[in-house]
Amino acid sequence: MSTTAPAPVPRRSALRAWAGDLLFGARLALSGGRQGWLRTVMTAFGVGLGVALLLAATAVPSALQSRQDRSEARLDFSRSLGAEQPADNTLLIASADTRFRQQDISGRLLQPEGPRAPLPPGVATMPKPGEMVVSPRLKELLAASDSTLLRERLPQRIIGTIGDSGLIGPAEYYFYAGTDRLDPDSGVGRRITGFGDRTGYSALSPMLVLLVIIGFVVLLLPVAVFVAAAVRFGGERRDRRLAALRLVGADTRMIRRIAAGEAAFGALIGVAIGAVLFLAGRELVRGVVLFDISLFPADLRPGPLLAASTVLAVPAAAIAVTLLAMRSVVVEPLGVFRQAQAPRRRVWWRLLLPVAGVALLAPLFSGAGSRRTFNEYQVAGGAVLILVGVAALLPWLVESVVARLHGGPVAWQLAVRRLQLDSGTSARVVSGIAVAAAGAIALQMLFSGVEGDFRRETGQDPGKAYVSAPAGQGLILPAELDRRLRATPGVTGTGSALELLVAADGDLPGEPALRSLYIAPCETLKTLARIDTCRDGDAFSLDNSGGSAGNMMAHFTAGQQVEVGYRSGMGDEMRPVHPNWTMPTGLRPVESAPESLGLVYSGFLLTPGAAKGAPQSHGRIAGYAQVDSGSPDAYDRLRNTVAAVDPTATVYRLQSTEENKRFAGIKRGLFAGVTATLLLIGASMLVGTVEQLRERRRLLAVLIAFGTRRSTLCASVLWQTAMPVVLGIALAALSGIGLGSALLTMVDHPVRLDWASILGFSSVGAGVVLLVTAASLPSLWRMMRAEGLRTE
Amino acid sequence: MAIGQAFLGLLETGPRHGYDLKRAYDQRFGQGRPLAYGQVYATLSRLLKNGLVEVDGIEPGDGPERKRYAVTDAGVTDMADWLGRPEKPEPYLQSTLYTKVVLALLTERPAAEILDVQRAEHLRLMRELTRRKATGDLADQLVCDHALFHLEADLRWLELTAARLDQLAAEVRR
Amino acid sequence: MNAISERPAGLATPLPLLSAVDLHKSFGPTNALAGAEMHVWAGEVVAVMGPSGSGKSTMLHCLAGIVPPDSGHVSYDGRLLTGMSDAERSTLRRTEFGFVFQFGQLVPELSCLENVALPLRLTGVRRREAERRALEWMARLEVDDLGGKRPGEVSGGQGQRIAVARSLVTGPRVIFADEPTGALDSLNGERVMQLFTAAAKESGAAVVLVTHEARVAAYSDREVVVRDGRALNLERMG
Ligand SMILES: Nc1ncnc2c1ncn2[C@@H]1O[C@H](COP(=O)(O)OP(=O)(O)OP(=O)(O)O)[C@@H](O)[C@H]1O
Ligand SMILES: [Mg+2]
Repeated sequence: MSTTAPAPVPRRSALRAWAGDLLFGARLALSGGRQGWLRTVMTAFGVGLGVALLLAATAVPSALQSRQDRSEARLDFSRSLGAEQPADNTLLIASADTRFRQQDISGRLLQPEGPRAPLPPGVATMPKPGEMVVSPRLKELLAASDSTLLRERLPQRIIGTIGDSGLIGPAEYYFYAGTDRLDPDSGVGRRITGFGDRTGYSALSPMLVLLVIIGFVVLLLPVAVFVAAAVRFGGERRDRRLAALRLVGADTRMIRRIAAGEAAFGALIGVAIGAVLFLAGRELVRGVVLFDISLFPADLRPGPLLAASTVLAVPAAAIAVTLLAMRSVVVEPLGVFRQAQAPRRRVWWRLLLPVAGVALLAPLFSGAGSRRTFNEYQVAGGAVLILVGVAALLPWLVESVVARLHGGPVAWQLAVRRLQLDSGTSARVVSGIAVAAAGAIALQMLFSGVEGDFRRETGQDPGKAYVSAPAGQGLILPAELDRRLRATPGVTGTGSALELLVAADGDLPGEPALRSLYIAPCETLKTLARIDTCRDGDAFSLDNSGGSAGNMMAHFTAGQQVEVGYRSGMGDEMRPVHPNWTMPTGLRPVESAPESLGLVYSGFLLTPGAAKGAPQSHGRIAGYAQVDSGSPDAYDRLRNTVAAVDPTATVYRLQSTEENKRFAGIKRGLFAGVTATLLLIGASMLVGTVEQLRERRRLLAVLIAFGTRRSTLCASVLWQTAMPVVLGIALAALSGIGLGSALLTMVDHPVRLDWASILGFSSVGAGVVLLVTAASLPSLWRMMRAEGLRTE
Repeated sequence: MAIGQAFLGLLETGPRHGYDLKRAYDQRFGQGRPLAYGQVYATLSRLLKNGLVEVDGIEPGDGPERKRYAVTDAGVTDMADWLGRPEKPEPYLQSTLYTKVVLALLTERPAAEILDVQRAEHLRLMRELTRRKATGDLADQLVCDHALFHLEADLRWLELTAARLDQLAAEVRR
Repeated sequence: MNAISERPAGLATPLPLLSAVDLHKSFGPTNALAGAEMHVWAGEVVAVMGPSGSGKSTMLHCLAGIVPPDSGHVSYDGRLLTGMSDAERSTLRRTEFGFVFQFGQLVPELSCLENVALPLRLTGVRRREAERRALEWMARLEVDDLGGKRPGEVSGGQGQRIAVARSLVTGPRVIFADEPTGALDSLNGERVMQLFTAAAKESGAAVVLVTHEARVAAYSDREVVVRDGRALNLERMG
């Protein structure tokens, strides 16, 4: 035997060691067969989704800014734009908003008074009477074969389309139509010298801001949890592998580097996927309308700094999560290797998160009402903390609940014991479900609470419409409107009155008390309120404001001098037409009847004889129509009639559920989003379950060998999946309700539980459990074959 | 050591002179210790007396080395009996067993069976010792264990040989 | 040369409890079993030996009704296993058979006591009763002090004894053991075998013991050698 001197152990340079370990980790990510690939792909997909969503989120501020810029650029009412006298640079403008079926359409009537009259943004040529310029969406709608009624209402010739700069979003229905019938002096239209003003007020109401913030938090957090779970896909097996490496002598730093290399590989692919997803999603954005908001793809431009930090932060976070999760491998490699029980989780820092969240939100609870603006960061921070708290509490909750469980049938026992040994893996994944569900429940509560505003009981039955048209000089009179409305197919009853505003000195100086005055003949008044006897010259007072009639009368006593009729001015400016009008005497209090045609309102109902001296213009004509709600086009026919009378008139559909429809869409979207998130998480649970089954293949074969029923093993998989999900949903419901209540309190709405949504999300959660179990059955079946008995 | 049976086996492949027999024996089973001539002729004469071999022919010249021997039917039966009979399991058995296996291969008898029969015998003894161990005191147990370990070693050898029979057969018949 | 096992001497039952006749089983090109035949009488311990890859485990799996053979018959107590449905065979394994394998057979998340009680619970015995009986068997195998530990926390020999206790707990009539001491040192292996065979004898269970260790096989009453997918009975009985 020849003797050789022991070769000196080559000392690897630090850099080489780093690179070597990282590469080794990356190779681990690639090796491991189909399972290893699947894990890497899932990691990459999770990270990709996170990157894409974060890029979108970072693009939102700029997108909202461009929206607001465009919306301000076409602003057509503001004191600084107004003009008293016609000149060669003035333009008369009036709103001609309308609605076709469920679609709101905005429009302006334009009447230039000189050659230098301003052009609205995005419009190339001023439409003459009989012409109009429309947005691309409206053009499509008008061209649709079943839009006959809309074409009747907007018969003008289309001479062009509104450019992107003149639209807030691609999905806007907007038109500018030429006219020659505007007359600001009689209260029809306004005179302006230009478009656009930096008003500085947000285009989004604080409520909407709140919804957007919470929406993003709700969408982003589950993805964050998913990313965290994704980089740990197959973690158990990987941990054991690394623990084995550690046992054979790899030091702590090497292990960390190897794990980081493995995670980084998936994360880097994920960044590429994320960029592609974002760019692809951006093109899709043209077709998306949310909160009546649509965005141009070009609007979604993440700032370079934010984009760069996203692209760096997500993989970095993925690696950080991996390293954090390595703790047990590093500290207790033998325990991991031998699958001994991990130390108990601590609760205090987990509880700290939601407590801190509530502490952030609490100062916003008491305040000045829903018009108040919020500190976005505070709201988002609070919500994030509460939801992250859910994610952090869940593993602890699952662990402590499961630790108290025992007994039960074999399947249950197997599942419970399995979770007792390691509940972290499934709890982590389920955290995603919990966060998504908690956020969604909170959002739903917010929606439902806000929805309540629109549901305020009006006592109106569906099938009633209210027409409000300016009562200008030479314009139509109530009687004529009545006649035309009645001639409209589908309209079964009508009543029209002249509506004037009266003002008296109020309780506070500078804040006059305002009331409406309705002037109509007896037979019309009888359709508006419960009036038994009526002769010309009679006057009535109707108070439905909830207060006493005396309250209503407080500022308006018989014979008192009041102001009546207002010229519509610019901004807040209001000038009375008739400053000294005497209130009629003998006002008789009456009540509204449920069968009344009109809106339930408060005000004074006067017969023409009692309204002597009141102006005939500078008010509105209020028309009430009973519409046959069974006829689907009745409302659009009515709108056509009204548009023909006066395009600036507004038609309201007095249907208590009308506004809810908008929220129904959002709710559906939210539900779909959460369901998609849950499915995603379900997929990751599936990977985990299948992997676990694969690892236990020999054990399963042994169990089958001694006669275990397959159904027992299936049931144990089901329990094992269901337990964390049930706990997750329960925690989600609790914290979702908590967060929802907090948000509702912030916008001064009564807290109301939305059981339907809680039930909905719970059943989606249950569905995911069943799906995951069902999907893991084929591999369970495969694992249960006797081949598993062979030594590996 | 069963020299007689070995001679019978060698003769079964064809008649030989005494000198040839010694050479064949030394080559296959001698393991560096050649047989003495006296031992060869003593054995042959015992076999002749028992009718297990016969003189096939005498060549011209003098001395016993001129005689050619052949095996008789009785000799074939005797050797088959011997081959089929397990040896009493005891230490240092392998040279006998080896002889048996080689002879079986030489005479184209199923050698595996010899090994199987022997291992059954070994196992039977092991079983007995194991049983005794369960009832005996510690001294008994230690004694039994000693025997068991030896028997186990032999049994392993039997198994190993069984696994290599094909190889051995090729070598023997070369 | 496929000798049929004769009835071992000194056993009263005239008919074998478990019989396999002309078993064939192949995995792709490999013929794991090629006409194997084997009989097991009630209460006896049969060692199945043979070179690696000769088909011992496959034969055990066929005998126990874990895998169906390609052809041939297995009958147990007058019933034909080969004609049974999977569910029926499962029930049989649960109630009449017990199993001990080489390693990796204990459910890692269940405690040792729960592992031993598991077969009883699978047959519907209530937890308390199952664990009481499990503890008795554990005491019999001298591991009753490990009840609360998990399999990951006990030694290999202790784990095997727990597995043996588990195989005995339902009072099976046949226990199949595939290399039960394969992962143990000789002293530990012998201890397990001593306790195992004594307990089996006491409860009257037959044991089919696959092993490649002669000293383990020495705990048997009889040996069957499997070679090239055929079982040979080498012992001269009676
Ligand atoms: N599921 C299977 N797929 C493919 N081949 C198999 C399978 N099971 C067994 N075999 C083959 O069948 C033959 C017998 O295998 P078996 O496991 O029964 O051998 P054994 O006698 O138990 O061996 P050992 O002593 O090594 O455990 C082997 O050649 C093996 O490769
Ligand atoms: Mg085997």
